[in-house]
Amino acid sequence: MTDFTPWTALAGGLLIGGGATGLLATTGRIAGISGIFFGLARARGDRLWRLLFLAGMVAGAGVLFHQAPTLQFAPRTEFPLVTLVVAGLLVGFGTRLGNGCTSGHGVCGLGRRSVRSLAATLVFMLTGVVTTVVTRHWLGVAG
Amino acid sequence: MNPHIVSSAAALFCGTLFGAGLTLSAMVNPEKVLNFLDVLGHWDPSLALVMGGAVAVTLVAFPLVLRRPRPWFGARFHLPQKSTLDARLLIGAAFFGVGWGLAGYCPGPALAALSFGRLEPLVFVLAMAVGSWIAGRVQQQQA
Repeated sequence: MTDFTPWTALAGGLLIGGGATGLLATTGRIAGISGIFFGLARARGDRLWRLLFLAGMVAGAGVLFHQAPTLQFAPRTEFPLVTLVVAGLLVGFGTRLGNGCTSGHGVCGLGRRSVRSLAATLVFMLTGVVTTVVTRHWLGVAG
Repeated sequence: MNPHIVSSAAALFCGTLFGAGLTLSAMVNPEKVLNFLDVLGHWDPSLALVMGGAVAVTLVAFPLVLRRPRPWFGARFHLPQKSTLDARLLIGAAFFGVGWGLAGYCPGPALAALSFGRLEPLVFVLAMAVGSWIAGRVQQQQA
């Protein structure tokens, strides 16, 4: 169980939107994390901004986490490894095939009023809800 | 100053904001995400406010940014060119949602959580990279 945390959720959302807006305004790039990450593997001349944005993201998340005890949470201990691996495969496969994730389609695509991103967001929200409900309530999988 | 250096610094800074937002909003905690997707459980609506806050910023700011002829430190805006729906987009989004709903990680939070020095995000990110590679191979074979 986790508590509803409206203020930190909203403030965090504003930071995420601000970071995405800043990246577009300064570099002209879309802050879609799956696309930025997978683009690292392709040998082109645009690796540097990807690396720097991701490094900033990891550092920003890590520094705040380690400095703010109230934001820390205990790691899951009984989550099945096989579920984690299957989930990672599906997320990698799906976001590459569908050209985006929660940030690219959700945060940025909706901001651009993209019909494709709206459709993608509705689809992954729906399959996400169905998957969690089915695994937790019908199959009784931990998590 | 060299525009390339300024643009790189901007990417790093915007990534830091984005990552701090992920930790502040607690989206780096997969249980928080699953408790949003699990609408039949003890529902935690926080994710809706994170998404709402982020999209509120991009909905207002993206059109203002894109009104300019080019980004501050770049030659042009790099925006997705496709505007019509296709099966690849929807199938990809559906697969992504299933993976997201299984473990509670999407690409941004999974990468950001690498900074916590825990095993779970690392396993997930490696599986995600493999999933993306598989999708790339599948697309190559179809092309």
